[in-house]
Amino acid sequence: MLRIIVALAAGLLFGLGLTVSQMINPAKVIAFLDFAGDWDPSLAFVMAGAIPVAAIGFALGKRRQAPLCASEFAGPTRKTVDRRLVLGAIVFGTGWGLVGYCPGPALASLTFGGTSMAGFLVAMLVGIAVFAAANTSLFRRPKVA
Amino acid sequence: MRAWRSGALRKLTWKTLPPVSAALGGALIGLSAALLWLADGRIAGISGIVGGLVPPRVGDIGWRIAFLAGLIGAPVIYALVTGGPPRVAVSASAGTLVAAGLLVGVGTRLGGGCTSGHGGCGLARMSRRSVVATVLFIAAAAVTVFVTHHTLGG
Repeated sequence: MLRIIVALAAGLLFGLGLTVSQMINPAKVIAFLDFAGDWDPSLAFVMAGAIPVAAIGFALGKRRQAPLCASEFAGPTRKTVDRRLVLGAIVFGTGWGLVGYCPGPALASLTFGGTSMAGFLVAMLVGIAVFAAANTSLFRRPKVA
Repeated sequence: MRAWRSGALRKLTWKTLPPVSAALGGALIGLSAALLWLADGRIAGISGIVGGLVPPRVGDIGWRIAFLAGLIGAPVIYALVTGGPPRVAVSASAGTLVAAGLLVGVGTRLGGGCTSGHGGCGLARMSRRSVVATVLFIAAAAVTVFVTHHTLGG
């Protein structure tokens, strides 16, 4: 139960952070990505605010065998830069640049983004589902020990 | 000085200097990532949290739903407290929105993360994969914005 409460608190903090920093607004994100236009560096400052604080959390985690409310740290297992990573990042970036929505702000603005945001979100979920279905057949490779 | 007056540097004056609110909001996001990792041992990557629900797996659903409820609920609470909804300006056609959504959905799952997972948590963990992913998706997005805003007359 504690795990659930912590996750809710973390979600609230995340959503509040996106709102306070205005990253919930795709126009602000596009303004950051528009290096040839009227550039708005806000997103860089959001990352500059987020990364040190998160880094302290990850550093503290290294001193522990297990998290406070769960049995193990479930971090990413892949270590190498592979084709999937490169291709995925480029595909994601292209979609991100089209509208200015990445998954966090898209969900956070669910209440305020109107039907346009809902269309994006449904398409995103379809994309995730299509990948999940394809992943089991197309991309599955034998696990390397 | 001439370069300062005419070039890109001029945009970085006090008037346009990024507000403290951007860094403050970022710190809240960082705190969220630290909390979720230290308490639950999970990465606060939104595409990963959503992706783990498609399809849902028994015993691995509750915390994901709780996080997403907080993520969606926080801006509503913010609006109620401050008395006004946050500004959300979308300037894309329905077709573009759907195409973008599909690309973001497939791309984040294939690449194993989005802005929060790779760009926030991954960089904080100093993951080489995340550094590569973050550089690539920002570059791809910047190219996309350049093409759609400066060459297609959009």
